[in-house]
Formats: sequence, structure tokens, C-alpha cells
Amino acid sequence: MYKYNEFDEAFVRERVAQFRQQVERRIDGSLTEDEFKPLRLMNGLYLQLHAYMLRVAIPYGTLDSRKMRQLAMIAERWDKGYGHFTTRQNIQYNWPKLPDVPDMLEALADVEMHAIQTSGNTIRNVTADHFAGAAADEIADPRPVAELLRQWSTDHPEFQFLPRKFKIAVTGSPNDRAVTKSHDIGIRMVEKDRQPGYEIIVGGGLGRTPLIGKVIRDFLPAQDLLPYVEAIVSVYNLLGRRDNKYKARVKITVHEHGIDTIRDLVEERFAQLRPEFGGGDQELLAEIEAAFAPPAFRDAATDTYEAAYDSDPVFRSWADTNLTAHRNAQYAIVSISLKAHGKTPGDATAEQMRVMADLAERYGHDELRISHEQNVILPHVHKSDLPAVHAALKDAGLATANIGLISDIIACPGMDYCALATARSIPIAQEIATRFDELKLEHDIGQLKIKISGCINACGHHHVGHIGILGLDRAGVENYQITLGGDGTENAAIGTRTGPGFPADEIVPAIERIVYAYLEHRESEEETFLQTYRRLGMAPFKAALYPAEERADAA
Amino acid sequence: MSRRFTPKVVTANALLEGDNVWLTEDDRWSRDMAEAEFIEDEAHGQIRLLFAQSQASVVVGAYLADAKMGQCGPEPTHFRETFRTRGPSNYHHGKQAEESTHV
Repeated sequence: MYKYNEFDEAFVRERVAQFRQQVERRIDGSLTEDEFKPLRLMNGLYLQLHAYMLRVAIPYGTLDSRKMRQLAMIAERWDKGYGHFTTRQNIQYNWPKLPDVPDMLEALADVEMHAIQTSGNTIRNVTADHFAGAAADEIADPRPVAELLRQWSTDHPEFQFLPRKFKIAVTGSPNDRAVTKSHDIGIRMVEKDRQPGYEIIVGGGLGRTPLIGKVIRDFLPAQDLLPYVEAIVSVYNLLGRRDNKYKARVKITVHEHGIDTIRDLVEERFAQLRPEFGGGDQELLAEIEAAFAPPAFRDAATDTYEAAYDSDPVFRSWADTNLTAHRNAQYAIVSISLKAHGKTPGDATAEQMRVMADLAERYGHDELRISHEQNVILPHVHKSDLPAVHAALKDAGLATANIGLISDIIACPGMDYCALATARSIPIAQEIATRFDELKLEHDIGQLKIKISGCINACGHHHVGHIGILGLDRAGVENYQITLGGDGTENAAIGTRTGPGFPADEIVPAIERIVYAYLEHRESEEETFLQTYRRLGMAPFKAALYPAEERADAA
Repeated sequence: MSRRFTPKVVTANALLEGDNVWLTEDDRWSRDMAEAEFIEDEAHGQIRLLFAQSQASVVVGAYLADAKMGQCGPEPTHFRETFRTRGPSNYHHGKQAEESTHV
């Protein structure tokens, strides 16, 4: 794992000291809210519906046990004993008090963490594949590049006042688990003539205008990454619309000018910038890469795993859903579900955080990841340790076997916390998960991603959910629109609206009708929901959703 | 024809905790919406909002929210404002928890 150097340490500490004084001056009345707000946002502090919220960056979703334990300590000492992991691999505390926030930031700095650039019109936390460095299908670990981008973008003087926020995601695998096509810039590692490089995607985004990113460079040599990315952000910084907040993201810039124009401008700027980098960035990258050297994998028998798999059906069910192939055949990637049926998606108690930290330390080469799907990953677990890991997770209420299934729902905080929300998300997720658990259908249904957003800003990624749910305020009542066929992978697609929305008490039955229609129409148990939708289109699902209208039309 | 004025309350978040507060007739900030000043006159509402906005060292983000008169005092008319008097629905946190500790 990357360790702060003296510069990083001094920078983060100085920020905490500055913010401590800013908070003092806000409380004693020397700063107005208008003056203070941009300062608190620069440090990840929002004011939400019921309280302040502190958003802490977890760069590319990577943690070790020490950091996770500190997050637990902060949750207990200054919050209400839990934290919420987000779709951008961050953690949010929902109940901090303003005078305590500088101490929270100080505690974060003690473990090389911060909340810088988790808000505001800057380059946000760089996200990456949560299986980075472990996945069997990976070309290379994307995290060194993500760390390079983090260092380059942190406090970058040119990019502190962009037209709008700017999000970058990196994946090192052809199977895209980082939703790169829905980011302002998506970076995919590729190889050409055995040379490493990147496919660069620009202008993806969800929100009120969902757009799939477009390829601006199909092969960028590895050493050109930083000047090229800087060229993109620099072109956007000048060209992006500052007159209208809703048209200010780079996706609109790309859409309005066309990808070819943007490409020409970027190439022109790139030609200017490239000589200025002079190789220093590549030296830095080499240092960073050394910090991400793979752990010393153990060579040991795996028969305890096979024995448990054959004898314990609960363990087998968990292993079948929550394990992913590791590039070392003796190892597995463990996804810990933060989606126990009926609980809040993405929430972990301080106690659960400590259990996960302990497991990472004891069995997982001291590594943890946060996924954009709001789960926690132990990327390197030797198979012989899996029964012990499963037993410990079970005791902590963390052994739900539902990764990728219908109850593994992404949900934004919605109107239970968020000041921007138009409806609640969390209770809908809780009700859907509880209902399908009662029906005992979810393993039969198989891979199905439901994603819920409580407003058009789409933090819950509803556009790329196989089933997407968008909560809206319709004439003072919560109403939920459904989209089908979205996909956040390398085959990215924006879901299509089914038709009129449903009130809160009708949304779960509506989802049930969609699922029953799938079960009825699928060609085999192997055909997933998304495959059935792609084969048949909207019609059978619409007929199941709106049976009364169907009859009225026929009459 | 001018639209009929919907009664309002002035509400904001407390600066230190972020907790929701309502402006009372005697210029206090109450944690309980029922104690809020019920404003039925548009011009008076604007004056009260200006007063609220001048309280920058006590509250943040003051605004006028729709309200109706209930048995114990002003009540919310929109679900967002109802949630603000209560707290989140997934945990017994926020105002709903404070109320139960008082009882």
C-alpha cells in the first residue's frame, strides 16, 4: 500500500490546521456561511437534511486494518457508531458536529487519510476496480495509476475551480467493474503490440443527462497518461459551460462540441504539455508501483476449503455467491456483503469495521477494499482460511450470501439524509431485499442488479441498474420510476423507462411482477435477467407491470 | 389574480449541530416545529426570513417552509418537512430519538 511521504503528511496536516482555524472563525462569527461554505466543501463537509455529513476519501477504495480501525474509532467517538460506504468508494459520517470536525480530520491524518476534494468543482477521489491487484482477468493493477492521478490532481492549482465536479475511474481488467464509461474520464488498461497503454474514455456520466462515455484515444502509450489527462481537463476547464450548472459537466461539453472537436483540441494541448512533463511523472510512478508490489502469497494445501465446501451448505452458498477467482489459484477474492436483508445498503457498524479489519490483518495480507457497489472486499484470502473467515463474518452479521443478487442493491442515502433528494431510497431497498428473502427466490433469480437513486442526480447509479429505480416528488408524494436494461460494465448501457412511476407502497409489487415476468420468459436458468431483457425487449415486462393499461388498450 | 399565500414557518439548521430548528414568535430558535411562529401574511414572512438570515452565527440556510396549523402548533405539509421534524427512517436517530429520551 502507498505510504505518505513527508510532503503528503505535511500537506494534510496543514490543511487540518487551516480548517481548524476556519471552523473557529465560523463559530465566533468572523466568517459568514457564504464565506465558510466553499472552505468546508473543500474538506468534504456538507450540511444535509438533519445534520452535517463528512465525506472521507478512500483513494481507489483501498484500506488496511489500521485505517479501517480508525474509521471505526471515528464512528464511535464523533458519530453514531456506524459509517456509510458510498458508490464512489468513500465513507460518509452522517452525524458529525461542526466543532468536532477538525478533530475528526486530525484523526484521519493520523492514518494517512483525509476528506480533501471529496466535494466541490474539483477532481474527486479517483476510483478503481475493487478487485485490483487480485483479479484473475487483470492486465495490471490499476492502483498505481490511480495514486499517480490522485497526487497530480490533489490541490492542482489549475483545477480547483472547474466548471463542475470531475470524476475519474481506472480499471486494469477487460471486465469493467469500475463503471469507467459513466465517468468524466474512464481509463482502461489495454495492450497493443505487447506494449502497455490505455484506452481513454471521456464524457460519460449519469445524473439528469445520462451519457455513455466516448473513446477519445483507443491507445495511449502508458508514459503519456498524465499529460494527456491534463490536456483533457485543461480543455474542459476552458470550454465547459459555467453559465448553467446543469450543462457544466464534461459530458455536455463533449456532447455539444462533438468528440472529434474535443479530440483535436486535446491533442493540440497534449502536444504542448507533453514536453513539460519531462519524465518526472514516470519516475514517481515507478516509486508508487513499488508500493503496490503484490503480497507474499502463501503456498499451502486448500483441502480444508474443499472439505467445508462439500460438508457445509451455508458455507457453500456463501462461497458460490461471494467469492471471485483470484489470479493465484490457491487464493480467492472475498466480497463481504453490507447488504444483509432489511439493513441499510453500505452501512457498517464500528464493531463490524473492526471485525473486517481483524480478518484482513489475520487472513488477508492486511488489505481491504470498498466497492462502488457498497460492499467490502478482502482481496487476498488463501482458500484454506475461507471457512474461518466465513465463521467470523457470520458471527458479525456479515456473511449474507447475496453478492450480485437481487438484494445486493445499491442505494443512495436518499431523503433519509440527503438535502438534494426528492424521495427516499433506503426503505425501498430494505423492502425489496426483505421481500425477496421471504420469497426464497433470489438464488433462483440469479444475477440481477437493482440500483436506486433518490433524485435525478443518480448517486445510486439507477441508469446502469438492470432494474433502476428513481425516486421523485410528484405533487408532494414519493413516486418511483423504473428503468430496465441498464448495464455498468464494459457493455455499458443506459436503462429505458418502463412508463409511469409507482407510489412507495406499490413499488415492491411492481418489482416482483418484473421478476416473475423474467422467470416466466427466460430460456433457461442460465439466461440472466439482462440477457432476457436484451433478447425480448421491454414488451413482456411492460405487460407485467401495467396489466390494467394493457387491457384498456386492447378494449 | 394573485395566488393565495400558503402559511409558512421559518426553518434552518443550527450552526453547531446541523439540527433542524424553527424560528419562534419571540425570536428564539426551537428544535420543535410546534413552537414555530405560524406566518399567514406574505410580507411578514419576508421580514421574518430577513431576520433569520441575519442570525448567521446561530443558524445556516434559513428558508420559508409551507406549514398548516395543527392541534399543538404548526405542522409540516410536505413529506420532506415531515422528515425534518423526525429524522431518518432507517435508524432511530435524530429528533425521534431525542423525543423518546425526554418522555
